[in-house]
Amino acid sequence: MLKITCPWCGPRDEPEFTYGGQSHVARPSFDVDDATWARYLFVRDNPKGIHFERWCHTYGCAQWFNVARDTVSHEVLAVYRMGEPKPELGA
Amino acid sequence: MASFQPDSHATPGLGLGAFRLAAGGRVDRAKVMNFRWDGRPLTACAGDTLASALLAHGERLVGRGFKFHRPRGILSAGAEEPNGLVAVGSGDRLDPSARATLVRVHEGLEARPQNCWPSVRFDVGRALDFVAPLWPAGFYNKTFIWPSWHAYEGLIRRTAGLGDALHGADPERYDVANATCELLVVGAGAAGLAAALLASRAGATVVLVEQDAEFGGHLLVESCAIDGLPAAQWLGRALAELAANPRVSLLPATTAFGLYDHGHVGLLERVAERTPTSPVRHRYWRVRARGLVLASGALEQPWVFERNDLPGVMLAGAVRTYAQRYAVAAGRRVVFATNNDSAYLAALDLARAGVAVPGLVDSRAEPPRELADLLQTAGVPVYGGAVIAAATGGSRLAAVEIAPLDGAGARLRLECDAVGMSAGWAPAVHLWSHARGRLAFDPERQCFLPVAGTAPLSVAGALAGAHTLSHCFASAARAVAAEASRAGFAVDVGGALPKVEEPRSSPRVDARRVSPGGRRHRQWLDFQHDVTLADVDLALREGFDAIEHLKRYTTTGMSVDQGKTSNLNALLVVAELTGRAPDAVGTTTFRPPYTPVTLGALAGRQVGEFYAPRRRLPAHAEHERLGAVFEEAGGWMRPAWYPRAGESKEQAIAREVLAVRASAGLFDASPLGKFEIEGPEAARFLDAFYINNVRTLEVGRTRYGLMLNENGVIIDDGTIARLGPQHFVITTTSGGAARIGAWLDDWRQCEWPDQDVVVTPVTTQWATVALAGPKAREILSRLGPDIDLSPAAFPHLHVRVGSLAGVPTRLYRVSFSGELGYEINVPARYGAALWRALEDAGREFGIAPYGTEALLLLRLEKGFLHVGLDTDGTTAPSDVGWGEIALKKQADYVGKRSLTRPENVRADRLQLVGLVGEDELLIPGTHLRLDGTTEGSDGWVTSAAFSPTLGKRVALALLRGGRARTGQTVTLFDLGRTGRAEVAPTPFYDPKGERLHG
Repeated sequence: MLKITCPWCGPRDEPEFTYGGQSHVARPSFDVDDATWARYLFVRDNPKGIHFERWCHTYGCAQWFNVARDTVSHEVLAVYRMGEPKPELGA
Repeated sequence: MASFQPDSHATPGLGLGAFRLAAGGRVDRAKVMNFRWDGRPLTACAGDTLASALLAHGERLVGRGFKFHRPRGILSAGAEEPNGLVAVGSGDRLDPSARATLVRVHEGLEARPQNCWPSVRFDVGRALDFVAPLWPAGFYNKTFIWPSWHAYEGLIRRTAGLGDALHGADPERYDVANATCELLVVGAGAAGLAAALLASRAGATVVLVEQDAEFGGHLLVESCAIDGLPAAQWLGRALAELAANPRVSLLPATTAFGLYDHGHVGLLERVAERTPTSPVRHRYWRVRARGLVLASGALEQPWVFERNDLPGVMLAGAVRTYAQRYAVAAGRRVVFATNNDSAYLAALDLARAGVAVPGLVDSRAEPPRELADLLQTAGVPVYGGAVIAAATGGSRLAAVEIAPLDGAGARLRLECDAVGMSAGWAPAVHLWSHARGRLAFDPERQCFLPVAGTAPLSVAGALAGAHTLSHCFASAARAVAAEASRAGFAVDVGGALPKVEEPRSSPRVDARRVSPGGRRHRQWLDFQHDVTLADVDLALREGFDAIEHLKRYTTTGMSVDQGKTSNLNALLVVAELTGRAPDAVGTTTFRPPYTPVTLGALAGRQVGEFYAPRRRLPAHAEHERLGAVFEEAGGWMRPAWYPRAGESKEQAIAREVLAVRASAGLFDASPLGKFEIEGPEAARFLDAFYINNVRTLEVGRTRYGLMLNENGVIIDDGTIARLGPQHFVITTTSGGAARIGAWLDDWRQCEWPDQDVVVTPVTTQWATVALAGPKAREILSRLGPDIDLSPAAFPHLHVRVGSLAGVPTRLYRVSFSGELGYEINVPARYGAALWRALEDAGREFGIAPYGTEALLLLRLEKGFLHVGLDTDGTTAPSDVGWGEIALKKQADYVGKRSLTRPENVRADRLQLVGLVGEDELLIPGTHLRLDGTTEGSDGWVTSAAFSPTLGKRVALALLRGGRARTGQTVTLFDLGRTGRAEVAPTPFYDPKGERLHG
């Protein structure tokens, strides 16, 4: 059970949150070719290390935000609001 | 020297047991309890475990081996017990596979052995042992393959397994609790206690967890002095100090079973073990600790010699524990065998208690001088450079054969009825490994130790490699210092540590743990799963030399005990046989739980009616009055049908359907998902979710809408109503309400955060009643609406806001039945009143309430799709007849781009069609095959029923390329039976849709 710090509510246990997959995935316009669209639909990062991902504090403020998490240690390296750029984590 | 309790003492006939020592121990001889073992009455003292009480009475035989059904006795005194798996209690309160070493005896306890028939003393399965060479590792995989595994499965399932599963619901109550602390200490032995004392003195909040019912660990058996006090007294003083500190929580009889992310630890507190009157049996603690000291100790490992599984062969530390803590002699003559110093102290304690110790056998050529002198002074011969070659006896131990390792001397036979063996200690690294901490092999101690700094916690005591109490205390101070800085509290560990007067000993463990020679299929590595050296030999011969492969091929360490007394031996044997270093062989993965966890405890109070909140409709009482049969759907208790006296389910549903077709029906649609979408960009926002054009929707009108995910798959449908230029209300399927609400909000927050729009879920704010049938308008008009209901003023697919009998209403003209229909929304508190009013108004027309079953049948007659039933995770709009509309819409919407992906334009997609036919196989789930195909499936029936309106069976189905197959016949097939059906156009009923415009 992870401990995640909601940028609005503070540290809370994982069951209060919903996971939303990789963050910063740009949605292409609908006139792109099939390959580009398929990449958007199906291809995601699967890093051993830092992963930028979306979480929603479903049973709290219901706000979506971003988390940078180490997929090996599960350490939460950064938490930032939706729309903010990826932080520099130097790793 | 006669130190045994005479049999005639205490309870007549039974006494406290023939093996109960006259003095010593921590049990209360004055409190004698009666219990039953395998149906026979026995006695125990307060403080006894089932194992200690059985041993006190000389009950050696506690179970049968898993594979060969050989007789087995108690091996250990703790959670690592592989043999003493017993069934405790009876009926629904049966606790299968409980470890006899952990079960506290209470008055009236009932326990019996497992894995034996008809009894543990005479077990028919024992015959398997006499053909043991025919049962090597991998036997199943090689033998039970012809004609197929399934031919044998039934028999094997009955023969295999330990204990009986329960069939009834668990009548016990469980609890779940959450806690946080600055320091969690796992294990309350010398190191754990010292860590808790240091941290609590620094003012930290401390939780101290001990799996035993008593705190103290090794201190409970230790006879040395600490700070000038006997160990037991020092322990009492330490516990009193901790108990008096309000910042310290003490949890005895509690197992830390798993260590998870970010300092989260799962604990199982066996509440009823300490407080038998407690209404709660177990409590599952979810602890979030800022600092964590693991002091979980070490588990002694058995020697591997011929017939080391005979009852009476035990771990040396366990023999010591039974004597010191429970005042029970493991035997009348106990031989010790060791490769390290620890067994000397056990032998010394036994000899001092007056038990005959015919000898201690040490594999090391030069036994430790000081300890050997102590033993010899107590009259115990020490045999250096020797091992037990074999144990002899029938179903219990009679003697051991001692062989010198240099092969020079002759074998020596020592009569004995118990052996205390020690092949070193395996630190209980399980929780450390849960945290992904690394391990390294320590050649001096011949075991794997945690590598400090590789996991976010600290270790202390035997787990950190300490072999004396002094070392335990020192390691605890180091661990607390490290955890204090992690948790953020200040602590001074520089003060004087407790001073211990203990014999000098070395941590060194001899590399030898297997006696040379002997029959390899009679030398046990894993007692619980009956794995011998011969099994390992075979696995290696067949190439299973990776430790994870070997584990699964031989099943070493895969039983209830998870290899607590077998993994290390197996690994070191493999290392030796393959000439690899133990580090190169590596360990298998330790996963939670450390010991089995009762599932009921994880569920806690969320069982039965508390499993999930049950939602009731605003008019629930009216449905009850009408005798509705309720079914749970999406958390709601919904009327499924309303049977009248003497009616079957089918009759009731048919009557409800016909009433709607002939006159009018009343349906509680309150669970429909409802969302208000408001703001300057409301139309633009909604337009991005539907294949239908939302921007062109006029105020006062509604439109059916299909919603897709980005893959172009249908995820929901409902109506879109425009109440004002910037105000929409949408409905979703009842089951999809929560999901679609979250879906809209996800896109609003993450993709279009700048759009000026507000989404408000109002599902439960409004009660919704569907009024359907040719008489619907007439009935509704009697409720005094301030809305003109005439067809010209209020046609199909329009919405009006007004009032009904003075109650605010949102009135929709929509239809899911194909008849003239209204959906009447009123504030939820008027739901029951609205229902009654419509019932009254409709009575003279023969209005009938109808449930979800009739609703589904009415829409099936119309061929309306039910998302999730007639569609699946691949269904696109073009598969259900909405392709043109979806492609025609110019603006982008979620899923639009995917509709032209190659996958979505294939001609052989599964598409929704109507089916008609009289075959009884025309039921949901039946598969379809096109003419010309002989294998595989070309689709399946999604909805089917006998239509009371049409007097024939109708169905919807997903069929390969179905939309081009109207008029063709297909084969129905189900479990070898076949039939025929015809692809028919939909709707089956009122194909021109004239009735809903009525």
